[in-house]
Amino acid sequence: MWPEGIHKELSAAGVRVVGYVPDAGHKRLIELCQADKKMRAVVLTTEEEGIGLAAGAWLGGQKSVLLMQSSGVGNVINVLGMVRECRFPLVTLVTMRGEQGEFNPWQVPMGQATRTVLEAMGTVVQAPASAEDIVPTVNAALRLAYNSYASVAVLIPQRVIGIKSFQDQTSR
Amino acid sequence: MKRRDAVRSLLKNRKQLLVVAGLGSTAWDITAAGDSPLSFPMWGAMGQAAMMGLGLALAQPKRRVLVITGDGEALMGMGALATIGVQQPANLTVVVIDNERYGETGMQRTHTASGVDLAGVAKSCGLKVVSFKGLQKAIHQQRGPHFAVVKVDAEKIPLVLPPREGTLLKARFRRALLGPKADAE
Repeated sequence: MWPEGIHKELSAAGVRVVGYVPDAGHKRLIELCQADKKMRAVVLTTEEEGIGLAAGAWLGGQKSVLLMQSSGVGNVINVLGMVRECRFPLVTLVTMRGEQGEFNPWQVPMGQATRTVLEAMGTVVQAPASAEDIVPTVNAALRLAYNSYASVAVLIPQRVIGIKSFQDQTSR
Repeated sequence: MKRRDAVRSLLKNRKQLLVVAGLGSTAWDITAAGDSPLSFPMWGAMGQAAMMGLGLALAQPKRRVLVITGDGEALMGMGALATIGVQQPANLTVVVIDNERYGETGMQRTHTASGVDLAGVAKSCGLKVVSFKGLQKAIHQQRGPHFAVVKVDAEKIPLVLPPREGTLLKARFRRALLGPKADAE
């Protein structure tokens, strides 16, 4: 499964700090990171905090990853300015909402604007087309970010996450 | 108290202390006290100073980390206190230099001027609140996370500006902290 595959990639890349705002689509990956004694999973009150966390960790010599839902991308726009100006490496894994088959209309505006907003702030956006593409894309994102000092976001498609309703979401 | 005196006193004998300063007056304050490669003055990302400190403290558990920021900056990122409270980094101290004003934008009153108690918030979040007198010991020796509010005069004083370029500030900090490893990664 792709959450296990992502965790393996994060581990192999030496990621030590995992900032997250929970999302149903990230549930399994968050659990894997919490259970990993080499990783520090940091629950955030808002996604914006994850940018400061990642930048501080890099100043201190550690790699990190940031997990959020597409709605959270709207919360990090201004602080991505620091990432760009300082060329902090950053890997953000975004589970998409407001895409195919969305059941909550309030998710659609930010979901549809996610790529545009990230690109406007200088983040490289990589969108795997299928479940099989996710892990290789995360591998490439980690290398791009940490070898080339780039901000990279991987958008995990809603189709792959496959949550169909509120009932479905809360029962997971 | 005068803000520059307060910050100078916090940074005297700083030794290996890692320092993050929030936008904007506190960034000028730490520069007036003596610029250092192990200082990271923020020219933007308002609200993120305490979180930068947390990331640094988690990455460098054997070093002491001090965040010096203003009341306006701290108010913008108040959730960070909750996040720090959950993580309990023993090596982190956050000091708010509180003039009850937004100093860079015309000295408008902040929420603390109307009585909002940042130390009370920090305490509720699980940080150890210390007095100005107790800060030296808290910063360098005691088990944190610590938090202090230092009330200062609302004064307009000359700017003392650190380097502006973000990549320079990042690279000099990492080199000073990590040595040749900073460029190898």
